[in-house]
Amino acid sequence: MTRTYVNRAPQDTRGSWLTYVSLGVVLLFSAFPVYWMFVISTSTDEAVAQIPPSVIPGAEFLTNASEVFTLNEVFFAASLINSVLVSAVITLSTLFFCSLAGFAFAKLRFRGRNALLVVVVLTLTVPSQLGIVALYIVMGKLGWNGTLLAVIAPGLVSAFGVFYMRQFIAHAVPDELVESARIDGALNMRVYWNIVLPAIRPALAVLGLLTFVMAWNDFQWPLIQLNGTDFPTSMVALSDLASGNYVIYRRVLAGAFIATVPLIVLLLIGGRQIVRGIMEGAVKS
Amino acid sequence: MSLTELRPASHRQAPPPKNVKTRSWLYRFDNKTVPYIFISPFFILFGIFGVFPLIFNGVVALRNWRLDDPTLTGWAGFANFSRLLSDEDFWNALGNTFGIFILSTVPQLLIALIIANLLNRKLRGNTFWRIGILLPYLTPVVASTLVFAIFFARDNGMANWFLSLVGFGEETPLDWRAQKWSAWIAIATMVNWKWIGYNALLYLSAMQAIPKDVYEAAAVDGAGPWRQLWRITVPMIQPVVVFTVILSTIGGLQLFNEPMMFDENPQSASGGSAHQFQTIAQLIYKVGWKDLDLGYAAAMSWALFLIILIVAGINTLLTRRIGGDR
Repeated sequence: MTRTYVNRAPQDTRGSWLTYVSLGVVLLFSAFPVYWMFVISTSTDEAVAQIPPSVIPGAEFLTNASEVFTLNEVFFAASLINSVLVSAVITLSTLFFCSLAGFAFAKLRFRGRNALLVVVVLTLTVPSQLGIVALYIVMGKLGWNGTLLAVIAPGLVSAFGVFYMRQFIAHAVPDELVESARIDGALNMRVYWNIVLPAIRPALAVLGLLTFVMAWNDFQWPLIQLNGTDFPTSMVALSDLASGNYVIYRRVLAGAFIATVPLIVLLLIGGRQIVRGIMEGAVKS
Repeated sequence: MSLTELRPASHRQAPPPKNVKTRSWLYRFDNKTVPYIFISPFFILFGIFGVFPLIFNGVVALRNWRLDDPTLTGWAGFANFSRLLSDEDFWNALGNTFGIFILSTVPQLLIALIIANLLNRKLRGNTFWRIGILLPYLTPVVASTLVFAIFFARDNGMANWFLSLVGFGEETPLDWRAQKWSAWIAIATMVNWKWIGYNALLYLSAMQAIPKDVYEAAAVDGAGPWRQLWRITVPMIQPVVVFTVILSTIGGLQLFNEPMMFDENPQSASGGSAHQFQTIAQLIYKVGWKDLDLGYAAAMSWALFLIILIVAGINTLLTRRIGGDR
């Protein structure tokens, strides 16, 4: 009896009601903190302090949000613009440079190609966060400390991006297509622009989404660079909002929720791509 | 016949010499040099902002380097490193880091395995579930930690309300930040929340790559789905398990955002009133940019680097050993 049951691979087994209930609970745990963030950001002080805690949204979101935006020393509106700017530049630059290098590693022949690719793979595991002290000194020599440039520069390329692009281009772009374009007299840049880029749009979407999320959420390095300036990123502004002697929860959480909304939107638009990117990354590494 | 036809043809086709020269130069350039131009932005940028700082950090660690006193320079030898050995804050932070690391990594990976196993069947709304469990991964830690800070608040916190339902701490509610163990649990909860879904997807993708006949061949003495998971699935995805263990070691030992934002005053970087939950990454930030002692902070970074290498190595061996006895 049990034997027929076991003989089947799990991916061929239909999920039982217990599976769905368990997944439902998991989803509840995943979503609740974000939902509660929203609830608190819509509440009054009294509702926040209520026992048992209220889990129904109030009507004060606009009041709380406008308080966040009008706090002078936090620069919340500017911080959102800065976050968009920083994340967008990092994302575009990563997409361009990583796909360019990925194209060269996947389709062009040059001396030292394999050795250099090994270097890229090795740097995948380098915890560059541990170099922040020296990075700060480097930025100081460049005169960039305390500027957005210092926040952007370390994110312009990523080893993961190069590797991911190389793997994708190797499969998605047929050699014959590149060869025939070369025979027709196309230069490499033209091949990249007219053949490779259109063929790797799905991979660009995946890498772009993952890069944007990472850049948006980055905290430690932007904090070092922009703390105390009047042009922080939104994460730095949030930490400022949450500091001090008297913290008003509904206000802080309104800020937190506003800074989370862009990512929720990204998840709704590109969730499929993000899931695929993470799952493909697992197979390849 | 063919000869007579070929000769004039080749003669006719020859373009003006000057054009040939520039064109062939251009194509040689495109073949020989352009590939290097394509990969150079990555190597230059990553070299300057990724690799060089990591190496240069070693030099800084051997020098006196203070932001508040630029005149105090010169070689310090191993003074920064020997100072580490007797620095109570460092050892305290090391203990906190490991405590939180263990409380977060072990449950995180186990629960991720179970969730991946749930997702690894014929399900309605496949994509919906996968996207749903990724919400924590996308949510900024700075933002989510603020919610968890309210969840774990001493007064009117939801965690304490749950505890009071089972009759615990009704008179004196638990101050989660005050003790090491409770602060560690609170912070580990946040880390687990963020990374379980991500790891579950990594496991799921590995599980789907297992050939189906492995299950068919291995199913002999009526093993239930639970034993199937531990006996067949987990050993088959062992490389990815090792990978996630290494990833969470690298990430977990550098934990910064959660302990920073859990503090009542995040900007102080003190990790609680008595450093109950100050991690090493946080201490590096404090020493470097609050105490303005970059040389010492660099030495601490190198120590952490070494610790990560050792722990990642040990964890890899352990995971191999555990998964190896099929």
